[in-house]
Amino acid sequence: MNWKAKKNLTSGVIHIFLILGSLCMLIPFVWMILTAFKTKTESISVNPFYIFPAHGWHVENFVEVWNSYNFALLYKNTLIMIALRVLCACLTATMAGYAFARLKFPFKRVFFALILIQMMVPGQIYIIPQYLIISKLHMMNTQFALVFPGIVTAYGTYLCKQGYQSLPISLEEAAELDGCSIGRRFLSIMLPLTRSSLVSLGIFTALFAYKDLMWPMIVCPRTESTTLTAALAKLQGQFVSNYPQIMAGAVLAVIPMLILYLIFQKQFVEGIATSGGKL
Amino acid sequence: MKKKMTKKARIEAVWGLCMIAPTIIGLLVLNYYPICETVYQSFCKTGDFGKGNEFIGVTNFVNLFQDAEVFSTLFNAAKYTVFSLPATVFLSLVLAVLMNRKMIGRSAYRTIFFLPMVCAPAAVAMVWKWMFNQDYGLLNHMIGAKINWVTDPKVAMIAIVIVGVWGALGNNMILLLGGLQDIPKDYYEAAAVDGSTGVHSFFHITIPLLSPMLFFIIQTGVMGSLNLFDLPFMIMDKTSRAWPSVKTISYLFYEYAFEQSNRGYGAAIVMFLIAIIGVLTVVLQKTEKMWVHYD
Repeated sequence: MNWKAKKNLTSGVIHIFLILGSLCMLIPFVWMILTAFKTKTESISVNPFYIFPAHGWHVENFVEVWNSYNFALLYKNTLIMIALRVLCACLTATMAGYAFARLKFPFKRVFFALILIQMMVPGQIYIIPQYLIISKLHMMNTQFALVFPGIVTAYGTYLCKQGYQSLPISLEEAAELDGCSIGRRFLSIMLPLTRSSLVSLGIFTALFAYKDLMWPMIVCPRTESTTLTAALAKLQGQFVSNYPQIMAGAVLAVIPMLILYLIFQKQFVEGIATSGGKL
Repeated sequence: MKKKMTKKARIEAVWGLCMIAPTIIGLLVLNYYPICETVYQSFCKTGDFGKGNEFIGVTNFVNLFQDAEVFSTLFNAAKYTVFSLPATVFLSLVLAVLMNRKMIGRSAYRTIFFLPMVCAPAAVAMVWKWMFNQDYGLLNHMIGAKINWVTDPKVAMIAIVIVGVWGALGNNMILLLGGLQDIPKDYYEAAAVDGSTGVHSFFHITIPLLSPMLFFIIQTGVMGSLNLFDLPFMIMDKTSRAWPSVKTISYLFYEYAFEQSNRGYGAAIVMFLIAIIGVLTVVLQKTEKMWVHYD
């Protein structure tokens, strides 16, 4: 076998392997979508084993789940929660990140230690007291409760600090000579240059906020005030074995993020890569 | 020690403090106060509505060490870690290595493997629960078996592990792919000149240079799987006889703290879990020196 044939063979084998892997990844999604369009009897009729809905594509499942679960409201809650969390996290983290990277101020090391320690402590330790704060403030079942734990982020601050530190210091020195104040320097020179770490942080915050299950379940137990993810947990109990409707609910819950991902996949992947998949 | 600040330095200090203030105040309220509170609560018995906490010393911890369920749920979490982590690391490494070459469809593969990461775990769990359905599930159809994936105590954990690995592959693959792409090509070329290719190069160049990333994945993987909550919670029925064999310690915490309002005991469980994670982290850091190479 000559060199070229051997190379083609190797790449063929790799492709087959990757295609098989991709199928394993995709089948659950395909099955979810197909089931969502079936009737209940069809979904549990095993013989013959239907892959595609045989009696037309039933959109009623979606309509019914949408209405009985008030998905419009769930979308709205989730969207507002994500938007506020991203905004808060980016705003606080970028300011603190800049200060830690570039400014001198008293007790800087002590404050930075607070950031590092928080990053090392597992999250469950905060949950009970955070919940008690929310319940003492009588903020259960509110948007505020959903956003509350995400107002600041130690990891995001760290990420932003790294971003600012990677910029050349001469940029700022030049601006300082021109009489630029710290605020101006931060807002019009440095901030725009760390856009990419902010985008990473934003995407990551959004993803984690969207996927979080325990917190919304605890502070927003009422279906109409909670997020998509937490509402799904309830939906499953409600439509016990009506799998087409359960799948319709799942499709409705994953579609928005899926679309965002397909549009911004480069940023998503980079976000994961730069933040190490941790927040 | 104390020096008089110039006007410029004073302005800078004010700016610095103001800019970190939101974060630091937030951390104190959202994280540091809760840490103290949880530690304190773990020594308390939660009073009935509005009665406040009653200090009971180490009773919670004494009970915890005699509580068989704490150890069985911890064992479940450990079982999950032992099954899922090696599989995840191995498969994502294979995927990353295969995809670390210029080829048609690379970004399509990347997109597909990463898909589960952008889906709510609740939705993922629901889909898999349907796939696992004993009578009508796709999985049993495909393999032509009649396995009680989610009700048989013997296989329930395997079902959870399958979903866990399926969901984590993409994330780890991306991280490893990033690591692979940072390895300079010259290393391989130099090795090839010395007659080292293929498998030999993989073990002597790729693995050592990738070891910091592998270590990171293992470390976060251990933490993540000990904290496992959503998958068993969503996939299993709490009434199923398989539930005790997949119930995780993180769920036990949720159950005590929020379903039974026994926050003191819940806090004690958290403290116990954190102690275990702490010990494991230290152990991992010790082994790090043996195989992780930073240059």
